[in-house]
Amino acid sequence: MNPMKKPITQNSGIAKCPTGIRGLDEIIFGGLPRGRPTLLCGGTGCGKTLLAMEFIVRGIREFNEPGVFMAFEETADELAANVASLGFDLPALERRKKFAIDYVRIERSEIEEIGHYNLEGLFVRLAHMIHKVGAKRVALDSLEALFAGLSNEAVLRGELRRLFRWLKDQRVTAVITAEQGQNTLTRHGIEEYVSDCVILLNHRMINQVATRHLRVVKYRGSAHGTDEYPTMIDETGLRVLPISSLGLDYGVTKERVSTGVKALDATFGFKGYFRNSSVLISGTAGTGKSSLAASFAEAACRHGERCLYIAYEEAPAQIIRNMASIGLDLSHWVGNGRLQFHAVRPTYYGLEQHLVAIHKRLEEFRPTAVVMDPLTNLTPIGTAPEITAMLTRLVDFLKRRGITAIFTSLTDAQRGQEQTSAGVSSLMDTWLLLRQVENNDDRKRLLYILKSRGMAHSSQVREFLLTDKGIQFHDAAPRDA
Amino acid sequence: MPIRTKGQTKTIIAAAKKMKRARYVLRLFIAGLSPRSTEAIRRVTAFCEEYLANRYELEIVDIYQKPDLMRGEQIIAVPTLVKHLPAPLHRFIGSIDNEEKLLSGLDVQLSTRPVKS
Repeated sequence: MNPMKKPITQNSGIAKCPTGIRGLDEIIFGGLPRGRPTLLCGGTGCGKTLLAMEFIVRGIREFNEPGVFMAFEETADELAANVASLGFDLPALERRKKFAIDYVRIERSEIEEIGHYNLEGLFVRLAHMIHKVGAKRVALDSLEALFAGLSNEAVLRGELRRLFRWLKDQRVTAVITAEQGQNTLTRHGIEEYVSDCVILLNHRMINQVATRHLRVVKYRGSAHGTDEYPTMIDETGLRVLPISSLGLDYGVTKERVSTGVKALDATFGFKGYFRNSSVLISGTAGTGKSSLAASFAEAACRHGERCLYIAYEEAPAQIIRNMASIGLDLSHWVGNGRLQFHAVRPTYYGLEQHLVAIHKRLEEFRPTAVVMDPLTNLTPIGTAPEITAMLTRLVDFLKRRGITAIFTSLTDAQRGQEQTSAGVSSLMDTWLLLRQVENNDDRKRLLYILKSRGMAHSSQVREFLLTDKGIQFHDAAPRDA
Repeated sequence: MPIRTKGQTKTIIAAAKKMKRARYVLRLFIAGLSPRSTEAIRRVTAFCEEYLANRYELEIVDIYQKPDLMRGEQIIAVPTLVKHLPAPLHRFIGSIDNEEKLLSGLDVQLSTRPVKS
């Protein structure tokens, strides 16, 4: 079974309309309900308009389904300018007759209601666009404007009911945005008319960091993820992190990858770590954790793999320079694209956004090896349980994708060597402890293998050196385990 | 109530006189030839004949025939009566149940009606 794909199970024959939005289709098991309206609600700035627009644009680009956008909040030019930075060229799509946009301005000061009316004009404008491009997808952003501009609620509600029946008849999949209400789902109760599928977006401050989440409140006739999923808006649009259920059901492999140090490989039955295993390297400052992690990265690149190095402590240039002093030429692998750094200040995002950002790099770069150095730098941005939860998800993620991962962890000399600050050792298959011991005038570097699931390993304490030819172990051959 | 100078009062009276002669350019948007549409046309035409005789232009637009026109005029409801002139542009939606409202909305100056300040 391909570890990259989770099986998407279909339910009760509801036809789906894939959104193309990264992560979202996984949560909703394939897509939005085809031919039905989906309600998207949230506060201002939560990304409703963007999601609606991405649904349409990706529908055209990735699924060849023309779409139309009826905008009530921003003009066509404003919208085009806003999404241009994401690589969505609305005017070009219009020229190709795959996309149509109509800006509907409902300004109360320009309108006077002097008798009975209906909203046939709105229908005709929408129908006109749909027929012009043969649309299969429709976005309405946002119907709140109707309530703000017109005062005859009886007419409005009647017409809304008619609109949604009409949309179903047109056989289009529609996304409707609405503002979140105080005590109700939407401010004006639009959920009354659009109840096949409801998605809630929010945008909050957690520990002074802006975090975005998406939740599927309802999806009639289909299974869906029920959690709140972290989302991120980057230069390619919206991205949802489909945190998979933490089932321990990943594929098992017997394949091995080098630790980066031949003598250490020998310790692990002459082969190295299991592929897609998680390795923890802990130790106090200066014990050689980064050097060991970098040795692994370098070896992976040398064997033709791609490695993502997540650096939370030092800048890539500094890491490259430092590792050069022990004979590791990382710049070479950066140059030919096998090694990529993801260097970011931990306090730059919240924990969940870190996950989303890493997810993005994994999707784009598709490495088979990952280094996180050090994971303990995440401690300022979350409590120990939160960090453990985030790492649990990450390790689960990586294992499913067959990625071998090395995590370094800085331990506190006071606390004791075997304490890992985030209690993450249980997540790890292999745990190496590095120490420096002073003995008379001598300082020795020691490596202990505290645990190594599924592999025979020497119980010997190994002494090593950081030389200009890399990490060298003193003992030539390990004693039998 | 600000005290007006003689010069200001003269300007207001002159403006009111001008409004009495103002030319109205109106557009009525309807949807097809349903009974509702024909009723709306009848009422608006009657209204114009009564209050704006000889100083109005009324164009009837069927949104089914000319859907493109709706965009520029921002029409979503029918019937909608758009007053292009005199400025400012204004939209009256609904068939005329309330003549008073339309009269004041159009700011129609009639000799029999008191001049609004």
